[in-house]
Amino acid sequence: MFEHKTFSRAAAIAALAGLAGLASAKAEDTVKVGLILPMTGGQASTGKQIENAIKLYMKQNGDTVAGKKVEIIVKDDAAIPDKTKTAAQELIVNDKVNFIAGFGVTPAALAAAPLATQAKIPEIVMAAGTSIITERSPYIVRTSFTLAQSSTIIGDWAAQNGIKKVATLTSDYAPGNDALNFFKQNFTAGGGEVVEEVKVPLQNPDFAPFLQRMKDAKPDAIFVFVPAGQGGNFMKQYAERGLDKAGIKVIGPGDVTDDDLLNNMGDAVIGTVTAHLYSAAHPSQMNKDFVAAYKKDFNSRPGFMAVSGYDGIHLIYEALKKTNGDTDGTKLVEAMKGMKWESPRGPISIDPETRDIIQNIYIRRVARSKTDGELYNIEFQVFEAVKDLGKTKK
Amino acid sequence: MTSILTNLFDGVAYGMLLFVLACGLAVTLGLMNFVNLAHGAFAMAGGYVCMLLVNQHGWPFFAALPLAFVSSALIGIVLERTLYRHLYARSHLDQVLFTIGLTFMSVAAVDYIQGSSRVFINLPAALQGQFDLFGVGIGRYRLMIIVICGLLTIGLQMVLAKTRFGSRLRAAVDDPRAASGLGINVPQVFAFTFAFGCGLAGLGGALSAEILGLDPYFPLKFMIYFLIVVTVGGSSSITGPFLASLLLGIGDVAGKYYVPKMGPFVIYTMMIVILIWRPNGLFGRTAAR
Repeated sequence: MFEHKTFSRAAAIAALAGLAGLASAKAEDTVKVGLILPMTGGQASTGKQIENAIKLYMKQNGDTVAGKKVEIIVKDDAAIPDKTKTAAQELIVNDKVNFIAGFGVTPAALAAAPLATQAKIPEIVMAAGTSIITERSPYIVRTSFTLAQSSTIIGDWAAQNGIKKVATLTSDYAPGNDALNFFKQNFTAGGGEVVEEVKVPLQNPDFAPFLQRMKDAKPDAIFVFVPAGQGGNFMKQYAERGLDKAGIKVIGPGDVTDDDLLNNMGDAVIGTVTAHLYSAAHPSQMNKDFVAAYKKDFNSRPGFMAVSGYDGIHLIYEALKKTNGDTDGTKLVEAMKGMKWESPRGPISIDPETRDIIQNIYIRRVARSKTDGELYNIEFQVFEAVKDLGKTKK
Repeated sequence: MTSILTNLFDGVAYGMLLFVLACGLAVTLGLMNFVNLAHGAFAMAGGYVCMLLVNQHGWPFFAALPLAFVSSALIGIVLERTLYRHLYARSHLDQVLFTIGLTFMSVAAVDYIQGSSRVFINLPAALQGQFDLFGVGIGRYRLMIIVICGLLTIGLQMVLAKTRFGSRLRAAVDDPRAASGLGINVPQVFAFTFAFGCGLAGLGGALSAEILGLDPYFPLKFMIYFLIVVTVGGSSSITGPFLASLLLGIGDVAGKYYVPKMGPFVIYTMMIVILIWRPNGLFGRTAAR
């Protein structure tokens, strides 16, 4: 019964995709990008940042590329994988899109993967960060990051910088476990010791008991991964419980100090060291212009989700230029492989083997800016051209 | 040893907070026999009012707290008079459908007006941090919660047991027909009680922003906790929910501290065990009304 259903669905999609090729005579001069993002729900800030960044890019670079007009169709999946799948089906079958893009969380990106394979269209992942995603379809290309990239780097950095004992606090879901395992692997290989390991439920109302446990374990630092939205709550309770005064530092991948929320976290967050791909304070001229333009249009600071969206749409534009407007999915993915460019976050490229992003990972410390008095992640060390170590180790 | 006491303190604070948030629900569900799943929406309203007054209009935190109570109570009384009262005589399923709809509307409305990201209330410096009392870490904010909620509980118990209004309410609940025959204006008593419960939720919402986090999904995220408090405590008095809140608060904190792997399930395990032992809750009446 189940197999039959899957088969007929696959057949229907294949048939419709075939029809789409015949019926799209008029659609020849437009390229449609189906953007599936969480625009409502707990992950909505991710969706909004990516959408904003894409609007900004299209304002700056025009909406035609290689003689074709680019049309963006946004669908809200509220970060629920079932909805992602439905949205992707509608976009592919009814709207006949040439790309699907976005994907706020890992399960959403995975839910759309088989559809991208069947319909042979590129799936551009602009947010979700679990390593396995790009292995699930040869049509997936990622412009965001993997948690392995930042977690291994912070593990190395901590081991090299006199941090001996670390307690970990990570959210109990796939990205959290990725962050924890990759950190642990590199940190212990560097001679460090993980003295306490706590996984907190994703929907966690109160960090107090977990933090008390951290405090009693008396580590040099706590390694933290919580989804971006929970960072503020975590930092507040960290300070309330006096862990900062007890000399316990916070380290982690940069999600906890996302630019989006950082400025509201209060002084307790100052001194937090994270490894991440992007800071709004990245000192390149390109980034200064990007931040200024984004702030002007949307009255908020761009975070790493915004820059991933900005690079994602850039990748789509450049791939279309390279194929001269040919929208064949396989050719587009081929065109994307190995592509290199300068992003507001620094130099990046697409790994031709894994279709995952290669980028610099920066070690940053939170400090108050002398010019505008706001809190920023200030970069002080660079690990250049970091591949996704989650895959290369295999 | 000291960490046991710190955990106990945290647990009591968490429990007290749960009580203030949920006791309005115990009143509507237990005393008025109305299933109000939108209870969390009133808590959220109070939280956002407090946040706007403090962060955007520069009100002191302690002045904004009563306003959170008043605004939620006002919203409560308006909705009670216009919408809720038509549903008192309807089946529980109708009430559930109506109030869950109201909850979704409140979530969407707050998301639209305030955005979906989590908000914080700027606290005065006096409420931040921890101090040591004989080696036991006492969080200032949590201490304040215990004081406020403790006074409220005593006050509530006094009002219910000792005042004329309290006896009218109890009479109205026990036998509405006989009560109105004695000249008690039953709908008015219920409206007032409902508004008061909403006000308490509003106050709880404002207090919980710091600890539980405040965002537009608050009413959905914490609905389950309110319901656990009411089911475990039984809904025929306020002593039941009060003790249940404390028990669950302490159990939850201790569970997360001592068995972090099992932490999130402790609260549910406790609920299941208690309900098997006493299906009507710790202090429930044997005959369900």
